[in-house]
Amino acid sequence: MEEGIVLTMRGICKSFPGVKALSNVDFTLRRGEIHALMGENGAGKSTLIKVLTGVYAKDAGEIRIEGIEDAISIRSPQEAQNYGISTVYQEITLCPNLTVAENMFIGRTPGRSVDWKGMEKKAGALLDSLGIPARPKQQLGSCSLAVQQMVAIARAVDTECKVLILDEPTSSLDDKEVAMLFRLMRELKARGVGIVFVTHFLEQVYEVSDRITVLRNGELVGEYEVEKLPQVELVAKMIGKELEGLSDIKRRSAVAGGAEDVVYEAEMLSSTECRPFDFHIGKGEVNGFTGLLGSGRSESVRAIFGADPVTGGRVKVDGKSVKVQKPYDAMRQGIGYLPEDRKRDGIIADLSVRENIILAYQVMKGMGHPLSRAQAEAFADEYIQALDIKTASTDTPLGSLSGGNQQKVILARWLLTHPKYLILDEPTRGIDVGTKTEIQRLVLKLAEEGMSVTFISSEIEEMLRTCSRLIVMRDRNIVGELTGNELTQERVMHTIAGGGKEDE
Amino acid sequence: MNKNTKGSALANYSQLLVPLIAILLLVIFNLFRDPSFFSVGITTNNNGDPVLQGNLISILNGASELVILSMGMTLVTAASGGQDISVGALAAIAGSVFVKVLKSQGGAISPVLVVGAFLLCCAVAMAFGAFNGALVSVFNIQPMIATLILFTCGRSIAYWINGGATPTISSPIISAIGSFVPGMPVPTPILIVILMGIFFALLFRFTTLGLYIQTVGINQGAARLNGINAVGIKLLSFILLGACCSVAGMIGVSRLGLINHETLLINIEMDAILAVAIGGNSLGGGKFRMLGSVLGAYAIQALTITLYAMKVPSTDVKAYKAVVIVLLVVMGSPKVKETVERLRKRAGGKRPAGAGKEAA
Repeated sequence: MEEGIVLTMRGICKSFPGVKALSNVDFTLRRGEIHALMGENGAGKSTLIKVLTGVYAKDAGEIRIEGIEDAISIRSPQEAQNYGISTVYQEITLCPNLTVAENMFIGRTPGRSVDWKGMEKKAGALLDSLGIPARPKQQLGSCSLAVQQMVAIARAVDTECKVLILDEPTSSLDDKEVAMLFRLMRELKARGVGIVFVTHFLEQVYEVSDRITVLRNGELVGEYEVEKLPQVELVAKMIGKELEGLSDIKRRSAVAGGAEDVVYEAEMLSSTECRPFDFHIGKGEVNGFTGLLGSGRSESVRAIFGADPVTGGRVKVDGKSVKVQKPYDAMRQGIGYLPEDRKRDGIIADLSVRENIILAYQVMKGMGHPLSRAQAEAFADEYIQALDIKTASTDTPLGSLSGGNQQKVILARWLLTHPKYLILDEPTRGIDVGTKTEIQRLVLKLAEEGMSVTFISSEIEEMLRTCSRLIVMRDRNIVGELTGNELTQERVMHTIAGGGKEDE
Repeated sequence: MNKNTKGSALANYSQLLVPLIAILLLVIFNLFRDPSFFSVGITTNNNGDPVLQGNLISILNGASELVILSMGMTLVTAASGGQDISVGALAAIAGSVFVKVLKSQGGAISPVLVVGAFLLCCAVAMAFGAFNGALVSVFNIQPMIATLILFTCGRSIAYWINGGATPTISSPIISAIGSFVPGMPVPTPILIVILMGIFFALLFRFTTLGLYIQTVGINQGAARLNGINAVGIKLLSFILLGACCSVAGMIGVSRLGLINHETLLINIEMDAILAVAIGGNSLGGGKFRMLGSVLGAYAIQALTITLYAMKVPSTDVKAYKAVVIVLLVVMGSPKVKETVERLRKRAGGKRPAGAGKEAA
């Protein structure tokens, strides 16, 4: 094995019934580097990771790891760990009701009795040396998500770790927390750990990675050094189209929301989760709520849809006063809502793609009017085609689809109800660049056809591309509204930061 | 596309495999043991009517209450992710109300009175079902804890209804419900099960209840955000189970011609839950197949009758039953399913490899 290389994978192949998930993929990880693994959903990133961690058995190819002469075969996650390959998954897999120290040592305390004192001491030392702001005796659940993730990483690296795999570690963190995580990653890198970093956030890749390996449709596109691969080219390599992806989405000549037909109007609307606010949206308008995580943007749209108990305010739809107390009321008024947390609030994982697509429409038709199988099948087929949803059949359980395709199914669910006003909360989170682009295009197309859309995204660029009016929130209050030429990244940032600079 | 639909259709039915295999094994076992076990004959009963008789008939007949309860139990399990352990007690309450009304007119039992008695006992049982359902759906109490209340006090309530007595009722109408309608060779409880089956089939065909129950059972929060009244759906599933209890209670009372609040359908709740599990339904809620539970219930009854036919003393029956049930439950466990799936893939993997090349 070459000097400085901790892991090589050569000619890895893996097939599932009907799909070739990986074909002849190579991957090389050097000591002390952060290596981003990039690709759209279905490109084969997760499969490659799962082959490496022993979740899947590879069909062909060889894996070599530093310090072992022969090619190794990894048959279980436990074996992977024995070889020094540790993984921290997107969802935190620790126990929130135990302490930080217990979580770090659970399952690997030597002997039968537990040396609590020694364990806490060791945990404390490790946390300090890695700069993780947590105390060993603290209950894990009381730490922020970011810190919990860092504890998971600390646990992983404490076991003679050569290769650390971070699978979408930043998807539920805010900017500050991401910065904290990156500091930890750099610290580990300095200690010689090879880090595989899987993410959808391009900026983060450029901020922290040394090298990028791009996969597409289960094949290796190439390995690149970060400095030599401009962001646009990376996107092009991932989606396999020459730059016609993101850059050609142009903001429409702004429909300045307001004067013309107001579709939805709220006055002093409040819920148990958000403070009173005023809001309106015009026909064919795309507007958005922006602000940092926790600024109240999601809570505001949840209040509009009646997702949280509404506590006050007046609501008008098409100029008529209406009551929206619960989601069903909103649906009756022609409002649709794609929730922020797809897994928790959106998908019905065990039900089929078909049942998931027709669900909201079926509810609006009423309990005594079930769609016939043929009708349901026709609707499902229509939207599977229209949104290019990749699924084996309409009978496939939704939970087995990739994240981007799950999101499209939820989108299809609401489009089928033909809403006047559609609220999309983070529709592009955790999905691949190609699908992100498709969704943004779709939003603009729907607006052109007269639908009003409220769009929320953590990525400000995305919002600037799609929205003609941005409502800026900070600390659960609306602090500004931007339209026309004010819609620039600097201006948005400035408004978000606002007068609150002394907080920084 | 065609292949896909076929594959998933197979997957839809694989859930029924365990109860079907169980029934099949019992049939084969019994055929070896006693080739005449399944002979069905026609004899003449006391009223001079020709009726069907034989072990097969007594399995189908004897399982009726269990089958009906397992139908309702399936819905509650799917919607709430928990089980109702008060079904036996509730059936006893319903049976007591049924008898109380029949006794109220001084002994003359007319068809109208029987219908009225059933309607009232059904309404009472549905009200108790709503009570259980409200504890579960509104107050978010775990179903087993919520129904523990009625499980504990239900038979006492049944006792109060008839003033502590165990009144008997004798009427041709009641014995027609419990055994045979004159001129009909099939036992009436079997016919009632068929009616209940048709009722649920129509309910799922002409309403969206099945979809809603599964949605609520899988992801209650998401169900609400799609406009489904999750609390109402859970409540409804308990009310429907209440109705099932009243039918089972009525059959039980009519078989004996008396109400014994202490022994009527005693311990049946566990068999009903078991039927749901053997039927391949997740006890954690979500997707369900009522047919699975029905087959599961028949498998349990077939097992019981087989053991009795083998002259196993009634005190030992439960122990033998447990052995078989352990096997069934293990057979349907995720671990075994996974292994079977893997073996099947490995066996099938070689053939499609060649076929795949052709396609490519």
